[in-house]
Amino acid sequence: MEKLKRMAPSTRSSFITYGMVIVAYAVMEALLSGGLLKSSLKGLLVPICAYVVMAVSLNLTVGIMGELSLGHAGFMSVGAFTAVIAAAALESTVTSGPVRLAVSMAIGGVAAGLVSLIVVVPVLRLQGDYLAIVTLAFGEIIKNIINCVYVGLDGEGFHFGMKDAASLGLAADGKMLLQGPMGAVGIQKLSSFTAGFLLILLTLAVALNFIHSRAGRAVMALRDNRIAAESVGISPSRYKMMAFVTSAVLAGLAGGLYAMNFSSILAKKFDFNTSILILVFVVLGGMGNIRGSVIAAAALTVLPELLRDFSDYRMLVYAIVLILVMLFTNNPACKTVFARFKLGSPAKKEAV
Amino acid sequence: MFSKLVSISSGAMVPDRDADKSPILECIGLGVTFGGLKAVENFNLTIGRTEIAGLIGPNGAGKTTVFNLLTKVYQPTKGTILLDGRDTHGMSTTQVNRAGIARTFQNIRLFTNLTVEDNVKVGMNNAMRYNMWSGIFRLPGFWKEEKVAHERAMELLSIFDMQDMANARAGSLPYGAQRRLEIVRALATNPGLLLLDEPAAGMNPSETAELMENIRKIRDTFQIAVLLIEHDMNLVMNICEGICVLNFGQIIAKGSPEEIQSNATVVEAYLGKKKEA
Repeated sequence: MEKLKRMAPSTRSSFITYGMVIVAYAVMEALLSGGLLKSSLKGLLVPICAYVVMAVSLNLTVGIMGELSLGHAGFMSVGAFTAVIAAAALESTVTSGPVRLAVSMAIGGVAAGLVSLIVVVPVLRLQGDYLAIVTLAFGEIIKNIINCVYVGLDGEGFHFGMKDAASLGLAADGKMLLQGPMGAVGIQKLSSFTAGFLLILLTLAVALNFIHSRAGRAVMALRDNRIAAESVGISPSRYKMMAFVTSAVLAGLAGGLYAMNFSSILAKKFDFNTSILILVFVVLGGMGNIRGSVIAAAALTVLPELLRDFSDYRMLVYAIVLILVMLFTNNPACKTVFARFKLGSPAKKEAV
Repeated sequence: MFSKLVSISSGAMVPDRDADKSPILECIGLGVTFGGLKAVENFNLTIGRTEIAGLIGPNGAGKTTVFNLLTKVYQPTKGTILLDGRDTHGMSTTQVNRAGIARTFQNIRLFTNLTVEDNVKVGMNNAMRYNMWSGIFRLPGFWKEEKVAHERAMELLSIFDMQDMANARAGSLPYGAQRRLEIVRALATNPGLLLLDEPAAGMNPSETAELMENIRKIRDTFQIAVLLIEHDMNLVMNICEGICVLNFGQIIAKGSPEEIQSNATVVEAYLGKKKEA
């Protein structure tokens, strides 16, 4: 306890976040083994983990770097489909399921990172609304490209095509991995709740350690005051690139986890709506507040499931709840209450 | 109190204790035009290694523009800036800072959402060597350099007795403390020349007196040159060794405080022309 008090406030805050996630995982595992969880909720466990990772990674761009990105689902998409293809290719070489999951997720993350190196060019040149539009366009471009790519795998290796499945010239024993508008098919379900939990811990470690290192400070300095940051020798492009690419790699990892939870997945799944959904998590949890993002992503993913009783009015109630929560968390009086418990209050608390 | 201004080989005047050293800054025929407007023209200034110099002039004379030229917020359209004998032509703001110029701003520009300590540490960013991976995986390099940075930040903050505020959010500080923090942040970049843009603005007389002491203390401990823009004549005349007066973008007088005070052109620029009888 004494030691906890002596820690820097930022370190203490990070440890609370890790602790919260670990406790949540333990509780869910206990409920799972006790058979106390509804099957609909059970199916949500991996998507929750993926969305938590997405929210934390988007928070790096939106909250820490201070640039609005509307195409974050695009990176998730790149990660998802690359991971699915990698998992299929590695089926014979890597037999252990969890290892194959980890390796293919990592490949998905790297792919998303590489794509982000292209997107980072406009990111470094544009700001504000203009950048938001560019990222939106990027998300749409990714979706549409994946929508018309065909990938097959047989004894000779990969076959790529943009026309249709037949033109790939796949051998008889070959199998289709990506079927254009039909999405990725025949995915092995490798993802598990534990894998998701470990990915969340990794993401939190990367995000929080990044924020509390010199690179994170530089990025936040650029966000708060670009001219002043340059006057103390911070080069904007270098640090913005670090934050943006890190954020994209994490999104790619989340995509891999998400995709390998289903037997098939469509490119349409990662559209503008998903990007906005993740942005809502970030805004609700508080810009720059990593713990807030975790809580908001988990709560808002579970909420529609809990509202099932309202049947047809489900999404209406969801929207109303969202509006009320936004109003409530932005009310100055409520903010002071939150600040006392060091729970909500955005950037100020977590960003330090 | 002042060391006398003496002329060096280039013909410029620097304090006598700096006479045998090369000057830290030399501006030769510096100028910038915005559209057709000549904001600064033919600006020549030499500052000695450990000189405290003042840049004064009526509002709109182009003083802050000179700072922006020196720090390359604007690229000069004419002339040369030699920093420590090195031409800064084509450098960016960040490169000029690394070369040794740090500044504060007339309208305070702090990293308001960061803590006081982190504001100072951002200033030390370029002195730190550990890379992003050391930061993310908390390798030994991270711990070692962060420890040094923390100690150095506290030491710098102690110049202004601000160690107790280290964990406060910079944006929540009172006005005077924000101004002081800006100076500390600038010092953290380890400059050879410190540019202060109206450091005493909004301060009361006792705070100004304390600031004067601290500017001298900074010069003495760090052995750096200071160029300051200030409207508080008491401060300028008290601590500056050399003063340069700017009006309508042009230098109208240069010299020691005594010379400036008795200069007819300066009095005219500030107070207007005496009506001819």
